[in-house]
Amino acid sequence: MPTVTLNKNVFEKLVGKKLPLDKLKDRISMLGTDLEKIEGNEIQVEIFPNRPDMLSEQGFARAFSSFIGVKTGLRKYDIKKSGQRVIVEKGMEKIRPYTVCAIVRNLKFDDEKIREVIQVQEKLHTTFCRNRKKAAIGIYPLENIKLPIYFKAMKPKEIKFRPLEASKEMTGLQVLSQHPAGRDYAHLVEGLNKFAVFIDSDNKIMSLTPIINSHLTGKINEKTTDIFIEFSGFDLEYQKIGLNILAALFADMGGKVESMDIVYENKTITTPNLTPTKMKVDVNYVNQKIGLELKEKDMKKHLEKMGYGYESGNVLVPAYRADVMHAIDVAEDIAIAFGFENFEEEIPKVSTIAEGDKFEAFKSRVANILVGLGLIETCSYHLINKDDQIKKMNAKIECVNLSNPTTEEYNTLRSWMLPCLMNVFKHNKHYEYPQKIYDIGVVFKKGGNAESNVEEFTRLGVASSHQTIDYTEIKQILDYLLRMLNLEFKIIDYEHPSFIQGRVGRVIVNGKKVAIIGEMHPQVLENFELDMPVSAFELNLSELFKLVDME
Amino acid sequence: MDIKKVIEGLHPLERQVLPILVKHDSLNKIIEKTKLPLAGVMRAFQWLENKEIVKIEEDAREVLQLDKTGKEAASKGLPEKRFIQAIKDKAMNLDEIAKKAKLQRDEVNACIGILKRKVAIDIKRDGKEMIISITEHGKKLLNKESLEELFLKRLLSEEINLEELKDEEKFVLDNFKKRKEFVIIQKVRTFRAKLTKLGEKVAKSGIDNIKVVDRLTPEMLKTGKWKGKTFRRYDVKINVPQISGGKRHFVNQAIEYAQRIWLDMGFKEMTGPMLTTSFWNFDALFTAQDHPVRELQDTYYIKDPEKGNLPNKKLVEQVKAVHENGGTTGSRGWRYNWNKEDAKRNVLRTHTTCLSAKTLAELKESEMPAKFFSVGKCFRNETLDWSHLFEFNQTEGIVIDENANLKHLMGYLREFAKKMGFPKVRFRPAYFPYTEPSLEGDVYDPVHEKWIEFIAAGIFRPEVVKPLLGRDVPVLAWGPGLDRMITSAYKIKDIRDLYRNDLKQLKEMKAWMRL
Repeated sequence: MPTVTLNKNVFEKLVGKKLPLDKLKDRISMLGTDLEKIEGNEIQVEIFPNRPDMLSEQGFARAFSSFIGVKTGLRKYDIKKSGQRVIVEKGMEKIRPYTVCAIVRNLKFDDEKIREVIQVQEKLHTTFCRNRKKAAIGIYPLENIKLPIYFKAMKPKEIKFRPLEASKEMTGLQVLSQHPAGRDYAHLVEGLNKFAVFIDSDNKIMSLTPIINSHLTGKINEKTTDIFIEFSGFDLEYQKIGLNILAALFADMGGKVESMDIVYENKTITTPNLTPTKMKVDVNYVNQKIGLELKEKDMKKHLEKMGYGYESGNVLVPAYRADVMHAIDVAEDIAIAFGFENFEEEIPKVSTIAEGDKFEAFKSRVANILVGLGLIETCSYHLINKDDQIKKMNAKIECVNLSNPTTEEYNTLRSWMLPCLMNVFKHNKHYEYPQKIYDIGVVFKKGGNAESNVEEFTRLGVASSHQTIDYTEIKQILDYLLRMLNLEFKIIDYEHPSFIQGRVGRVIVNGKKVAIIGEMHPQVLENFELDMPVSAFELNLSELFKLVDME
Repeated sequence: MDIKKVIEGLHPLERQVLPILVKHDSLNKIIEKTKLPLAGVMRAFQWLENKEIVKIEEDAREVLQLDKTGKEAASKGLPEKRFIQAIKDKAMNLDEIAKKAKLQRDEVNACIGILKRKVAIDIKRDGKEMIISITEHGKKLLNKESLEELFLKRLLSEEINLEELKDEEKFVLDNFKKRKEFVIIQKVRTFRAKLTKLGEKVAKSGIDNIKVVDRLTPEMLKTGKWKGKTFRRYDVKINVPQISGGKRHFVNQAIEYAQRIWLDMGFKEMTGPMLTTSFWNFDALFTAQDHPVRELQDTYYIKDPEKGNLPNKKLVEQVKAVHENGGTTGSRGWRYNWNKEDAKRNVLRTHTTCLSAKTLAELKESEMPAKFFSVGKCFRNETLDWSHLFEFNQTEGIVIDENANLKHLMGYLREFAKKMGFPKVRFRPAYFPYTEPSLEGDVYDPVHEKWIEFIAAGIFRPEVVKPLLGRDVPVLAWGPGLDRMITSAYKIKDIRDLYRNDLKQLKEMKAWMRL
């Protein structure tokens, strides 16, 4: 989850109140953010991904100040029309259809603020912009830009500029292969024959978006007072919210925000627009969802603590809120304002009838029978190494592979239980014998009728290992188990390379093949580095369950 | 102390040993008199001491014993004796002496030194050769047992305590020590059992007067001979060798307990596959297709079959609509083009909430209100270390009830936490894509004196419920991980120890003790 680092002094000034440490910690977490740490003058807070507007000192302080009751209610932002234009040229539809832009003047930058701007841009890029996939932000000093600005598509070869942190001019293609930012984000323009650029009226390339800005327009520095901001991407409404987040932030920083006219082929829009959106929210709806009995005026008070406005049945949602898509989102904020610690919990008297899953109960019954024979239950992962379940078992079976295993040690889903038991023996080879174990678990097989095209069965593996283990002993266990389940079975001769030839059988119940039983092949034992013989059986409990007479 | 009770508690071995102790106290004597093996007497000593009938005194002594050549000398005679025996009638050279006396050459040489000192032989040189003859004094010695020989005889018949040696014997011992492999000095521990006052009373009172029965036999039961008999009293405090039996895996014991909690609260169990399409794991739960949780570094995807099938068209269309524009829910949705193919991709479920989604899709209006739970394994792409597993246990609960609200959600969670052994709970606002309001519950761990994150919960968003259920009914939902609670209950520090399958650990692990 993204974190935001706050300067405690700046934060307290923005909030307008100093809180003792305990209270501060408590309030931060009850706002629905998570305090990571406070160290000296530095506060680190984790922000849930639904609140990108809180990913800056200004944004977080704004929300916090309302929440603790210092500056509540909807913030008013005055935006002056600059009349300046950004012209979106034809051909952008398929490349990067939208941009929204703003100018902010009268800013005073120092080291602290520059750090803050870099931080918020980076945080928004990774979260709200999904690593620039969904949107990208550009912030430029205005002084080197000649307005109006053009947003246009150019062939990579024709794009020539000196990117930030580069010593020489590069073409679009060179940026992708040679510049660090180019290499990191090249995949975002893969397959495009033209790239999106911002270019000013002097024909200076300002940036190759969403990758890198030009050196010529440069970075914000301590002398910068006026800036140009652009937000570009694929969804106009999304871009607008992103720009609003930044506009509110710079306004809170003391800047004067001016709108720009974005001229599309068939329309012109003026951005940013910080007018709140209206959402109809009924107090009864809210009360029903959160279980309170608030009056309208209480609701209004709580809304104001969360930075909303309220006007006769309508909630005024700040234009920088990305997460409010339904009345339920407002209801949650009212619950947060009310305080999660203030709810009186209750368990309603609703009569329902409990019902355990029958197969779960069956598994438990089987386990109890085996435990009665002195067997120890083991529990292995569902993920297993492919060689362990095929090559080492001498077996030829198909298994379900992961496409992105964390390590090769666990690269497939298990197709059967016996390899898991063999691994248990391997890891306990220096422990006392006899070792008698079982494991009940799910195995995976391609095909079948499942929606995923992979069938899952629950299987029981039983294995015993000691000096004098033989077929008789393992068959006795199987025999006892099936007798206790009131099932008759027969065993037919079978060939299976994991077992010693002539000492392996198929177990049949009601004409269904439900298990395989035998003495493990010495080659298999050797593969698992064992010097003690093993006998085992593997029983399909899912299949068996269907055959059990539960009457 | 009741003497009668003491006597009734005497083991047959003790009964054999005790009378002898009145006259003798040494271990050897007792063995000799009782004809019991050493171990039997030692056990009797131990038990008697536990009952404060005797006091065991341990004595460590040094004892002299004959070694190899010493034993040979004891049976065949000392080498110097054999030497003068050989020459008693006739002077001989060294080879002849060695042959006749059956001595090694080095022994012969050693004897010459000793015999010269005792003036028992004469040595003459004949060219290079030494000719040795016996002296008169030597002849006297021949007929007399020397100190050495006397000592040797004693050694042969008994162990001699080093401390009890007389001065002349000490002198002889010094001589013996100079000989190769002649004597060894061994440390010996001996035990004496001295009767205590209680012991004397017990012995005096005549143990034979009180008869006890040792084992109750089928024979006695059949014949009724047990009647009127006194059974030997046992020391019930005694330590016994440990045994161990078959048992359920400790994690499964905990899981069964969690299942029972939900059943006790009137919930119905849901089960379902671990391998599922993204549709159920993500899309039906209103998790946008570009949400980071769907990325490869978080979720396991399946190589082959890469994709599964989607459920009925109507449901798919409705899910598509809520993602794109909120559908009929009144929401504005995530605003992107929802891709059917992404929804088909198979994953290992990342939460059991996918089961809740399926349950809602199948729920009939007539079955409401309803409460469901599940306990199951979930997966996340994670490297194993002391605090992370790629498989984890989650328990899931949903309550579908027209009148359900946030207060109820908190009520259910507190009850569950309490039953899991954590009475102190606090709730904080949180965020999940499929619930609103969302909350996180922390429980207080009194052992480590800190709050631990325990439960993620919320009320399903209308965008989740309406496509699945047909209308927006409040659905309370939660999915606490079980593993932290299990490790805390068993005091396990490294989470990998849950599935190490170490048989020693499994045998020794205590039973799940929340009841």
